[in-house]
Amino acid sequence: MTQARPGRLEKLPRSMLPKGRAFRQGPTALILLLPSLVVVFGIVLYPLLRTLYTSLFDVNSAFPGSYPFVGLGNYLEALERAEFWAAMLRTAYFTLSTTVLEVVLGILLGLLLNAEFRGRWLLRSIVILPWALPTVVNGAMWRWILNPSYGALNALLTQLHIIPEYRSWLGTPWMALNMVVIADVWKMTPLAAFFILAALQTIPRDLYEAAWVDGAGRLRTFFSITLPLLTPTILIILVLRTMEAFKVFDIIYVMTRGGPADGTQTIAYYTYVEAFSNQLFGYGAALAYVIALFILFFAIIYMRLLRRGEVEY
Amino acid sequence: MSAGERSNERRKLSRREFLELGAAGTGLLLLSGCGGGQSAGSGTLNALFMKQAAYSETDVKNMTEQFQKQNPDINVNLTFVAYEALHDKIVAAAPAGTYDTVLVDVVWPAEFASKKMIVDITDRFPESERSKIFSGALKTTEYEGRYYGVPWILDTKYFYYNKSMLGEASVNSPPDTWDGVVEAARAMKSKGVVEYPLVWSWAQAEAIICDYATLLGAYGGQFFDERGKPAFNTGGGLQALEFMRMTLDEKISNPASTESLEEDVRRIISQGEAAMVLNWTYMFSLTNDPNESQVAGQIDIAHTPKGPAGTPGVNGSMGMAIANGSQNQDAAWKYIQFMTSQKIQNQYAELSLPIWKSSYDDKQVVQALPQVVPIAKEQLNDMILRPVVPQYNDVSHTLQVEIQQALAGDKTPKQALDDAAKEVAETLKS
Repeated sequence: MTQARPGRLEKLPRSMLPKGRAFRQGPTALILLLPSLVVVFGIVLYPLLRTLYTSLFDVNSAFPGSYPFVGLGNYLEALERAEFWAAMLRTAYFTLSTTVLEVVLGILLGLLLNAEFRGRWLLRSIVILPWALPTVVNGAMWRWILNPSYGALNALLTQLHIIPEYRSWLGTPWMALNMVVIADVWKMTPLAAFFILAALQTIPRDLYEAAWVDGAGRLRTFFSITLPLLTPTILIILVLRTMEAFKVFDIIYVMTRGGPADGTQTIAYYTYVEAFSNQLFGYGAALAYVIALFILFFAIIYMRLLRRGEVEY
Repeated sequence: MSAGERSNERRKLSRREFLELGAAGTGLLLLSGCGGGQSAGSGTLNALFMKQAAYSETDVKNMTEQFQKQNPDINVNLTFVAYEALHDKIVAAAPAGTYDTVLVDVVWPAEFASKKMIVDITDRFPESERSKIFSGALKTTEYEGRYYGVPWILDTKYFYYNKSMLGEASVNSPPDTWDGVVEAARAMKSKGVVEYPLVWSWAQAEAIICDYATLLGAYGGQFFDERGKPAFNTGGGLQALEFMRMTLDEKISNPASTESLEEDVRRIISQGEAAMVLNWTYMFSLTNDPNESQVAGQIDIAHTPKGPAGTPGVNGSMGMAIANGSQNQDAAWKYIQFMTSQKIQNQYAELSLPIWKSSYDDKQVVQALPQVVPIAKEQLNDMILRPVVPQYNDVSHTLQVEIQQALAGDKTPKQALDDAAKEVAETLKS
């Protein structure tokens, strides 16, 4: 015996619907949806397709006009350039290090915020502040902190006798890249922590009680109960953060402008420089598509992982 | 039932939201279609300027107010952005025609003119006017014999030094050669007068190319040879970079130089943490202003130090141009004429010197900057241009990166400049 499912109007036989209404609803709906379709197509699809179209031409000016068709030439050029691969490698390092640090610190912070202690409400509200700051403000703030002659970091470290003299933090490529990583981690860890906190609050207490009765210690409880139950949330954080980190632009624009010696030039920044500073819009559009493809690739992998995670429950 | 009602409710709500969004979107589209259609020489102008160096924001606002008083039918909206963002802002705004007048650096007219982003104003700018202007300034807006704007800021990087610090290190006369600068710096360092006697604007930005160009000229180098091939990787160009690297290796240059711009240099010397620097005209007044500087009264200005080949200063002039998308070019031209006029420039000479030759004998100008004007008179006739090519930004970026790699010690100066030359040749070919 199949049971009739409630709430599914469209499954009802056509003859049971009021006649005139069914006839008119289609066109009316279409008319009513038209404005939103215009918005969706105008704002999402048109730029997307337009960028794809641009990426096939050697466009070297912001003005409309006729430019030579180069097919996949712009894409091939990207793959041949050492600059492109260096930017990709830097982006990979930035993505990997920020995401890992943000997840690990986020879990630790989430556990702390979930613990019972006095003034927890205060800590919870303070912790969210870095995330609430606009990225541009965050970048400018870290520039000040890291300033070689009057920055807070140099003052702190010399007064604690950790470093003997003031030093330059954004003046060498490798150091600068790591400083940008730190600034990003500082800002985005609270987001991860709040995801984790939300997930922790859904774990039933009786699971922990049962574990304690069985004699499991704190670490064992964490690795056997907490962590496995956090996995879906961690995956969501990973998805969000890798995609965001891969596209990182604003914090770099404010802190280092890609320098020194291109040491902080990520793929999104490289795209910007080629498109707007060098006016190679065709090449820039191709680079933008390469970024989009990479993110799509991540998205597919993560979707699979997430779906598998769901099955286990 | 209640669940069904709720979901119905939700559907209705979201449909309304859709409609609202749609209406808003259509409204925006309609709005953007409006605008334009003003009569000649009146209406609203949007003008783009930069925040730092030369005239201050307050100066520009005051000049503009004066203009509006004289031209009540023209309304000027001012926008200020950091120099580092100026080029990209002009490019991004060009197709939309956002700005009527834009401030262009001496290195951009080749690019902007060849891409028709700024208007050829040769016919509005007669020879009789041009002949009254310093030739170094005129080059700012010239490309292939045509003029694409009027020079407004005539500037070069001068040599600044802290008199009392030199005295403390018993350097009796200010050094007038680069070798002398190094010797003085060594003396100051060894006597503990200052940790890093020199600081430079060597961040990855146009600023590092300005300093490099000054040194390249002093050592007799060339950016390109007569056939247009890169030549900075030999002779003076190479010696200039070797000099830069040496000052970092000897720790007489502040290691923070590689992350500093002109404003950072100004702050560091104003705090008494450096003794000798290169910077634009505007720094003289500010470092000697007690509100801005802890070493006010101690900073003096000089001609750039001499290298084996001479004492050129980098041509860092800027001009005002009419953007091609401007709907109001006559009014824009009126505004440019006013802003670049000798009268206005003489009045605001304290932070930026006029483009007009005769201004340098004008009482008002000489009194504004009595120490600077005699030096400027000489230095402004002795300037080196950065390369004039439409792909300038690409070329400059390549040089910035390679020079910084040499300064960071990742490459030898020779290797870095050879790599840069190869890449620049490639860029110019395409």
